[in-house]
Amino acid sequence: MKQFLRGLRGGFPIGLGYLSVSFTFGIMAISYGLEWWQAVVISMLTLTSAGQLAGIEVMINPGQYFAMLISQLTINMRYSFMSIALSQKASKGFKGIKRWLLGFFMTDEIFAVASQEREISTKFFLGLSVLPYVGWTLGTLLGSLIGNVLPTIVLASLCIAIYGMFLAIIIPPAKKSKPVILVCALAGILHCIFYYVPLFSQIPSGISISLSAIIASIVVSILFPISEEKGAANE
Amino acid sequence: MSDFWIYLVILAGSTYLIRAIPFALISKSIKNRFVRSFLHYIPYAVLSAMILPASFYATGTIASGVAGLIVGFFFAYRGKGLTFVAIASCIGAFLVELLLYIL
Repeated sequence: MKQFLRGLRGGFPIGLGYLSVSFTFGIMAISYGLEWWQAVVISMLTLTSAGQLAGIEVMINPGQYFAMLISQLTINMRYSFMSIALSQKASKGFKGIKRWLLGFFMTDEIFAVASQEREISTKFFLGLSVLPYVGWTLGTLLGSLIGNVLPTIVLASLCIAIYGMFLAIIIPPAKKSKPVILVCALAGILHCIFYYVPLFSQIPSGISISLSAIIASIVVSILFPISEEKGAANE
Repeated sequence: MSDFWIYLVILAGSTYLIRAIPFALISKSIKNRFVRSFLHYIPYAVLSAMILPASFYATGTIASGVAGLIVGFFFAYRGKGLTFVAIASCIGAFLVELLLYIL
């Protein structure tokens, strides 16, 4: 129960961030011609930001099933790496059906918070997932129903929440570890190159984020491999 | 939107499987030093690539986006928690948005 509550607390800022991001998703879904309940069902069953956004863009046209599959696979490729990373930290009892069920909640932010744990228990991961899921669903519902009520500057300001949260996740460990600073800088610069250089800017952001992160991690892993015994604790 | 349900199955199904399969099937601990290092660094790399440069444009105005980031960076560096930093970033961005609105 203690682990569950600790997870719940860890998920609060994520839920808050999701509330604002999915609110925007709800508004966009309506503008793409979906019904409010369709937006909510998508959010409840998918629980991802970039993938859902790309998904409703594909949905405008009929019969684009293959395009839907390919775009989802590339955008979501990063989740596989996160799942592999967390599989190494899951506690002894966190296996089998529990992993099949809770694997659903592997979002960027839940992963980021969970990866700070030495060992992840089932209860902690479940607790961590509750508020983000509620926030994501509720935000979509509110956004699709009353999205046009909020003043635009309030809405715009809320969109930075998720990035503030990312900073709070990466900066404290980066302060203690030069390789972490390097991998962050490298990944950020690479993605800027993907974004701003005309030749690369055609690449969907899901793919370019994955590529930037993979290249940066490979380079830093070669330059600064973590110590054998301590594993992730080598900071 | 008659094929909504087919689209939904592809969207939700592929997203779920790509997350759950590696999580459920990899139960052994990975010994390889390079792979362990890679898995250690990948979360920081993914988050950084998501921040840059998308965060500049998140609010729709570069000035307020950057303001939110600077405020967030400041408090994150000071060791404040996730919720505090997230809210502070929003307030930072909001104040600049407000300023631009008034001017």
